[in-house]
Amino acid sequence: MLGEGILKGLAETARNFVGSYFSAERLTTVQYPEQRIAPIEATRDFPFLVYDGADWEAGLRCVACQICEKECPPKCIYIEKSTGKKPDALGKPQFYPARFDIDISVCMSCQICVEVCPFEAIKMDTEFELSTTDRFGGLLYDRKELAKSNEHYHKIHPTEAAAVDAHLAGEKAKADAKTKAAAAAATAKAAASAAPPAGGGA
Amino acid sequence: MTESELMDATKPEGWNRPPAVKLDGEGEVLEISMGPHHPSTHGVFRMDLKLDGERVIGLKPEFGYLHRNHEKIAEGISYLACMPYTDRLDYICSLTNNWAYALAVEKLAGLAVPERAEYLRVILGELTRVQNHLGAIGFLIQDMGASGTPLMYAFREREKILDRFEELTGSRMMCNYMRFGGCRVDATPAWLDGVRNVVAGLPAFVDEFEALLRTNEILMARTQGTGILRPELAINAGVTGPMLRASGVNYDIRKVDHYGIYDRFKFRVPLGDHWDVYDRFMVRLLEARESIKILEQALKDIPGGPVMDPKAKIRGFRPKAGEAYGRIEAPKGELGFYLISDGGPNPYRYRVRPPSLINLTVLEDMALGQNVADVVLILGSVDIVLGEVDR
Repeated sequence: MLGEGILKGLAETARNFVGSYFSAERLTTVQYPEQRIAPIEATRDFPFLVYDGADWEAGLRCVACQICEKECPPKCIYIEKSTGKKPDALGKPQFYPARFDIDISVCMSCQICVEVCPFEAIKMDTEFELSTTDRFGGLLYDRKELAKSNEHYHKIHPTEAAAVDAHLAGEKAKADAKTKAAAAAATAKAAASAAPPAGGGA
Repeated sequence: MTESELMDATKPEGWNRPPAVKLDGEGEVLEISMGPHHPSTHGVFRMDLKLDGERVIGLKPEFGYLHRNHEKIAEGISYLACMPYTDRLDYICSLTNNWAYALAVEKLAGLAVPERAEYLRVILGELTRVQNHLGAIGFLIQDMGASGTPLMYAFREREKILDRFEELTGSRMMCNYMRFGGCRVDATPAWLDGVRNVVAGLPAFVDEFEALLRTNEILMARTQGTGILRPELAINAGVTGPMLRASGVNYDIRKVDHYGIYDRFKFRVPLGDHWDVYDRFMVRLLEARESIKILEQALKDIPGGPVMDPKAKIRGFRPKAGEAYGRIEAPKGELGFYLISDGGPNPYRYRVRPPSLINLTVLEDMALGQNVADVVLILGSVDIVLGEVDR
């Protein structure tokens, strides 16, 4: 019969229409500003710089090695290395970024900077409501705007942040053991070098 | 020499002009420009049409509006940094683009892919194929004038798949997930269960979609016998993917190239018999069903273990000098990456073989002799993405 296929199709449409009143499966629209879907943990938007402790400037993990600047596919990162050094989490004196800018109007949220960073200093944020009326300065984030605490990182990516913390603690323990061993060796050496004259004197 | 004779003269030997086209000097040839912003033209794509009344007697595609210098950019940045750019080729199917590029670099650098990563790649690749084909059918029907309903049903299911992509890779469309020698992060058991749920719901949806469309008289009247692509021409033009199979040529790179672990799965390759738009529509629908079968098998067998080759390096990756071509059966056809390395950190030459562009080259041959309204339909049946055509 001509029109049978059309009627069959319309039956599907009717089933979907009526079903949308009863089944959540068929009514998937989220009325965005009022309703929100639950955040997904792996979501990534734009990068931020992680800092430890209370002071953002002193706690920045970034050592201005500029690997992310070189690897960034759209080249949206700009770093200026400091002239002086400050101690990092392991107590080693390191450079720090005197300037660290990310132009998030250029950034394509690809996460390459996060992957290449050897210091776990740059991570991806989940903040997406970033609209501004100033499309140049307003979207060029400097290091103060980029700096976010480790607690913030734990809040948005709990599993990943826990793994990063465990990794950093391991590094620190290793570094501590090394300095302790070096100190022990130094004292032993000092003792040894101090001992012969004493022995020679006897 | 009339214009139609002139056109025939430029065609190769054995080319069959559709018989209805005749220009005897009485009427006038009307030239119209279709696009570049017509919503049914799948992006910024323009066609110069020559019309004799309602009939198409000439078609010149114009593209390049979305050219982003992809290949040259890739030659200036490291191998890893090219990966997120491949997402933006065929932006509907970023994961298969990642896969093809990773395959080429793995060949170049001699990296092995762990078992679990291969399974994850198959799962993600087939999910991509399902969502692409359902979306392509939705767009095809949209081109016919059924604006909205079938496309929105397809997008409702696509959304479920994209949510799974976001849970694993962090992004719905620009996934940037595969790496040379494996995958970036491992999938959790909860994610795999989520995918199993989605896959369990897919056959019912494809049935529903088929009931909505397949026997619809208007669809059949519009698509059957429209836009015929002869198998000889399809092979000569280098057409691949569902387009080629709808022309009755049994060529699926998953079957002939044995890349990845596709040998382990049982699936069939649907072929067309009438070479028209309806066949292209049906081949995509049937391929989506076959993909669901592959997904069920892969989700059952997925082993544990690492997802990255321990030899793979993130920083300071320099493959030895040489060249490699990696290709996969992307949802739109053969997607290949040809790379030449001079031992440096970035490719010396980087070339993409885009299926959308090469499938588009036969557009004029399919459209000649058809009505203007069918041109949009024929373009829809090619399933192009302008990100890949223009690069």
